[in-house]
Amino acid sequence: MEEILKRIKEKFPSVILEIQEKDYPTVICKRRGFLEFMKYLKDEEGFKYLIDLAGVDYLNYPQKNFEERFEVVYHLYNLDNRVLLRIKVRVPEADNWQYSVTSLWETANWFERECYDMFGINFKGHPNLKRILMPDDWEGHPLRKDYPLYLEEEQEWTKYKEFIQKIKTS
Amino acid sequence: MGIEKNVVEVAPGIKHIPGTPVVISPIDKIINWARAGSMWPVTFGLACCAIEMMATGASHFDLDRYGIIFRATPRQADVLIVAGTVTKKMAPIVRRVYDQMPEPKYVIAMGSCACSGGIFKTYSVAQGADEFLPVDIYVPGCPPRPEALLFGLLQLQEKIKREAKKWGFWR
Amino acid sequence: MATYLEINKKQTKEDTWEEPFYLNMGPQHPSTHGVLRLYLELEGETIVNCTPIIGYLHRGVEKLGENLNYNQTIVLSDRLDYIASAANNTAFALAFEKLMNLEVPRRAKLLRTIVCEMARICNHLLWLATHALDIGAMTVFLYCFRDREWLLNIYEKICGARLTHSYVRVGGVRQDFTKEIIDELYKFTEEFPPRIYDYETLIDVNRIWLKRTKGIAVVPAEQAINLGLTGPVLRGSGVPYDVRKFRPYDAYGEVEFIVPTGKNGDTYDRYRVRMEELRQSNRIIRQCLDKLSETEGEPVLAENAPDLLIPERIKEPKPQPVPKKGVIFRGIDKPVVPPGEAFASIESPKGELAVYVVSDGSNKPWRLRVRTPSFVHISAIPHMAKNHMIADLIAIIGTLDIVLGDSDR
Repeated sequence: MEEILKRIKEKFPSVILEIQEKDYPTVICKRRGFLEFMKYLKDEEGFKYLIDLAGVDYLNYPQKNFEERFEVVYHLYNLDNRVLLRIKVRVPEADNWQYSVTSLWETANWFERECYDMFGINFKGHPNLKRILMPDDWEGHPLRKDYPLYLEEEQEWTKYKEFIQKIKTS
Repeated sequence: MGIEKNVVEVAPGIKHIPGTPVVISPIDKIINWARAGSMWPVTFGLACCAIEMMATGASHFDLDRYGIIFRATPRQADVLIVAGTVTKKMAPIVRRVYDQMPEPKYVIAMGSCACSGGIFKTYSVAQGADEFLPVDIYVPGCPPRPEALLFGLLQLQEKIKREAKKWGFWR
Repeated sequence: MATYLEINKKQTKEDTWEEPFYLNMGPQHPSTHGVLRLYLELEGETIVNCTPIIGYLHRGVEKLGENLNYNQTIVLSDRLDYIASAANNTAFALAFEKLMNLEVPRRAKLLRTIVCEMARICNHLLWLATHALDIGAMTVFLYCFRDREWLLNIYEKICGARLTHSYVRVGGVRQDFTKEIIDELYKFTEEFPPRIYDYETLIDVNRIWLKRTKGIAVVPAEQAINLGLTGPVLRGSGVPYDVRKFRPYDAYGEVEFIVPTGKNGDTYDRYRVRMEELRQSNRIIRQCLDKLSETEGEPVLAENAPDLLIPERIKEPKPQPVPKKGVIFRGIDKPVVPPGEAFASIESPKGELAVYVVSDGSNKPWRLRVRTPSFVHISAIPHMAKNHMIADLIAIIGTLDIVLGDSDR
């Protein structure tokens, strides 16, 4: 495990910001040069299996020590050496886009669509970035911290309001 | 008319002339008895309650002995058992299935989520199927036991037997 | 007949139908297991393209988890994969215990393993019932539900609920097994293997079953890993990846079992993998029951496990040789759940279920992310269903073992 961390630290000094040792080794990278880093991890180091791709919103987080709002977290697994690696990329709110890894792992297709649906992070290079869990014309991104849990009467989705109106009058 | 002298009352309102296969009763009772004895639901399982509905229809708690057969198409069914959470994306489709059923039709809301939203008071869940459907029987539980669903269906049978003038000219 | 021959003669090659035919297998369908919508592009009966559309059961579980206590999210996790609820509870409990650095007692680990393996048997029985019913074998449905009722009765004795049991808690389990439950489980493990043999004699060498499952939806091993498939679907293609062996959790390090793998990667191999897993689960339950008698009388919940309502902060006495008794006025304020993040994954009966939780030091999670196997498996349907017919599509949905509550959350 340590050799892998040493190797990637030598090869990509400009991309990697920090390496932390939590329950699994965590690598925090920058957005620039991210795709080459992932390609190296998949082809050379053998991390062929992408377990998870998640987005996190850090608005008003008490222990925050960076300034970007969102973070995209990748969990990669190497089936031969049984090594699990966590990679984080920070995405600011103003230009919220991130490179898409669909060309490397096919699983990322639907994970990135869900991240876009819930947080509003655009993924460059994604073949079909549409909403997946919410209806196609939903306004807002539900998992952001400033989105309410329960929508009151005025904030309701327009199509549902019209549907209920039609049923009450007919 | 002469027949009234020998009749025997077998059930409240239903008279039988002994020795003959002739029964005198209001039309309502016969039609209600036929409808209650063969309620055919549409397979409309949405979430966890669907598994308990399948368990009620399987071998241990048999539903076939009550005359209940699950039909796949709403055009041939007369009960809609909404089993599971109804989201706002799914609500128009439930209403469309309900509209496709011919009269007389009944709706059973099975489970807490169909009765009133359940534990999911969030942005995408409709708080109960009665926001857009006229519900007849509510069966609460999370999920309700098969015996509870059976009790709900028997209550629906009682409700059908109490109906009056829901056929022919008055429909 | 004469008019038909006339029309046939007049018809030339340019008259044939050129545009594709779109068919919508809507959210309400008797054999899509739940509310899955498939938008098919057909040419005759063969599928050219297939687009799954999900989201009809999205209940906002991840957002709700940010407003509930850690212990209250266990109740929420039951409803994700509602066929094997014990597995979901275990995944959440493992992630929270990693976050809080709790040590689970050994007896609780054995009990958790028993409940998880019972959930695996329940899930595989339901899978076999619905898969066989869709393909046409209706007797298997009734047989499997008979055995499932037995297991659900045992569950009711353990924790009071048939389907959504929040039995596994943060720090251990809710309550201990009584002698009656252990006896009944022993009886179950003795009588179950002949019944598996019964199911196999019904369909294993049946000609219709073989024709409908051999050679359907073959997935080579490399593509399966790239698509993110896990669980019996991946093992049917020959890759022996099982989280219970690669990153052992609970009591799986102590028991012996083999991981069945297939060869070709088609539907028949996945069916055989799951039938073999039923036998292995039975074996694991037997071994755990034997080990339970060694740990008589031990606690089943860790001592510092959080109570149902977790307070924000607790006061600890300042480090002194003999701490003062009574109410602590001057002490160190420390949060019950330290800020940080944790990732835990288990082998649920359908695949790999992973939970990633971020905490900010309060008694509610900051972000609760659940990676479910059904979400990934539905995204793999277009790749598997190319150039198959509609009837094969039903078999493909059945073999992937999809539950919509799991995928939409």
